[in-house]
Amino acid sequence: MTCRRMPSARQALTAARKAIRSACPRLPLGSGLSTVPVALVLTVTLLAAVRPELLTQHAPDATSAQTLRPPGSGHLFGTDELGRDVFSRLVHGTRLSLLIGAGATAIGATVGTLIGLAAGLFGNAVDGVLMRCTEVLMAFPELLLALLVITVTGPGTANMVLSVGIAGAPGYARVARARVLAVRGAGFVEAGLVLGLRRRHLVTRHILPNALGPLLVLAAVGFGGAMVSGAALSYLGLGPQPPSTDWGTLLADGQEYLQLAWWPTAFPGCAVTVLAMSVTALGRRLGGSIIGVGR
Amino acid sequence: MRSGVPRYVLRRSIAALAVVWGSVTVAFVALHLIGGSPVDAVLGPTVSATPGLRQQIIRAYGFDQPLVVQYGVWLGKLLTGDLGYSYQLNEPVPRVLADQLGPTCQLALAAVGVAVVVALATALLAAGRGRVIGAVVSAVEMAAVSVPQFWFGLLALSVVSFRWRLLPIAGDQGVASLVLPAVTLAVPVAGTLAQVVRAGLEEALAQPFALTVRARGVRESVLRVRHALRHAALPALNLAGWTAGSLLSGAVLVETVFARPGVGRVLITAVTAQDTPVVMAVVMLSATTFTVINLLVDLLVPLLDPRLRDGRATREARA
Repeated sequence: MTCRRMPSARQALTAARKAIRSACPRLPLGSGLSTVPVALVLTVTLLAAVRPELLTQHAPDATSAQTLRPPGSGHLFGTDELGRDVFSRLVHGTRLSLLIGAGATAIGATVGTLIGLAAGLFGNAVDGVLMRCTEVLMAFPELLLALLVITVTGPGTANMVLSVGIAGAPGYARVARARVLAVRGAGFVEAGLVLGLRRRHLVTRHILPNALGPLLVLAAVGFGGAMVSGAALSYLGLGPQPPSTDWGTLLADGQEYLQLAWWPTAFPGCAVTVLAMSVTALGRRLGGSIIGVGR
Repeated sequence: MRSGVPRYVLRRSIAALAVVWGSVTVAFVALHLIGGSPVDAVLGPTVSATPGLRQQIIRAYGFDQPLVVQYGVWLGKLLTGDLGYSYQLNEPVPRVLADQLGPTCQLALAAVGVAVVVALATALLAAGRGRVIGAVVSAVEMAAVSVPQFWFGLLALSVVSFRWRLLPIAGDQGVASLVLPAVTLAVPVAGTLAQVVRAGLEEALAQPFALTVRARGVRESVLRVRHALRHAALPALNLAGWTAGSLLSGAVLVETVFARPGVGRVLITAVTAQDTPVVMAVVMLSATTFTVINLLVDLLVPLLDPRLRDGRATREARA
């Protein structure tokens, strides 16, 4: 592999952006068709997470006598079994859902990158041991690995985020290691060594930035997966405990009244799907144009 | 090459064995990382015990031995198929799981059937049919991969069972109650398989041999099914291990949604109750299945693909 040098994260991002623009016309969905909805979804989601009260005038916990009303003019997404506005609950659950996805992705990416860096830099025995360990962890399906962690830690939001993060770490470790191995012998690293740069400087300023592009792509693709896993674990009752609400717990609550009303279940799931697809699409686009990972 | 093949088989088998051993060790570590005393997990949340009873439990389960000794004893028991007792049900773990494996395998096999048929049909019909069809199909594939499985199941349940009253709502009564769960379980697998096979087909159809076959006047359908599909099937075969894993983790959710008996339901109950021996058994089972399937695929692929018969073909090299 040839290695382009990307001395800083900002430059890596700029390069990524440039690459996206140049690759856009060749994308299967056409740039205008897919970029606009993806950007729209991400903007609305972020707004809902930061300022939910701007999007809905109903309070998420305000009960009313109008129980299980179908979607209509008064309540956009209808009301649930206690007469609470489904749209409002969905909007107010966004922050927790996003935090779960982001937290798990951050934990997975950080732990994985550190493992991959260590394996790639120290080589030999360390590499052998760490990579055998990741291989073992990769033999577990991610959800089952997360369930194993939750068995140890017990349920709860923080533990669930940790479990999804750990389950995702081996993937990041592999990519980080591969990138480190690819640039370790490169001319600019050798030059740095000859110039007497300190090892820490060499790693943080020259080797790590080269791994950042692929890791960023993996994180974007992985974020969607982490959100879906998080929603699944919440749905199973292993995540946020009442009264905290995220999209997964909304789904679980809605299921009990599925026979009477589809809307309390349908809309939260729709939100998970649309957001996961949008972020994944973004990640794949990055991947297709930067380095060809993440398919 | 002739001597390379057995060596390759041996090396891959040893590597697979090491992964299984590693996964078993991970499970053991998890058992001993558990917060609080394992005695509490054995007793369950409701029982209060005298110190005497606690001592008895510690001795009976060997919790007072050094960890290395416990590990050795545990590995030895594992080799004889002794997976320990479920803390909650107070039954040997194999007996707990034995009754549940049947429904789960049934569900998984039905799902694989659905997924393979749907994926092959999609790929064969849609590969290389121009940009519009390609875009639509790839959007559908991506939706199938991204959609939370349990939500798809809930929607299907809502429409097909509650609204149209076509299929039973829940439980395990005959073929009719298998349809919705199997389709739900198949969705992400079908999406991924379709993506891989379609990409493989498109690549194969662009190769010179496809032109040669077309020039001989062979029909397009025959070219696709008899010639191009072979090339596209190999990358899909590499997904077999992943498929098994995702079916098992999917079963956890699908069985919960449709209230079906099975390994997934038992697993969720065990996770909630911190019934570690059961969780470990299921997790080890899935890791072992994954590894064995990957080993078989690694050994099979060089036989199927002459280009890979140099004895150095590894998963990494093909990935």
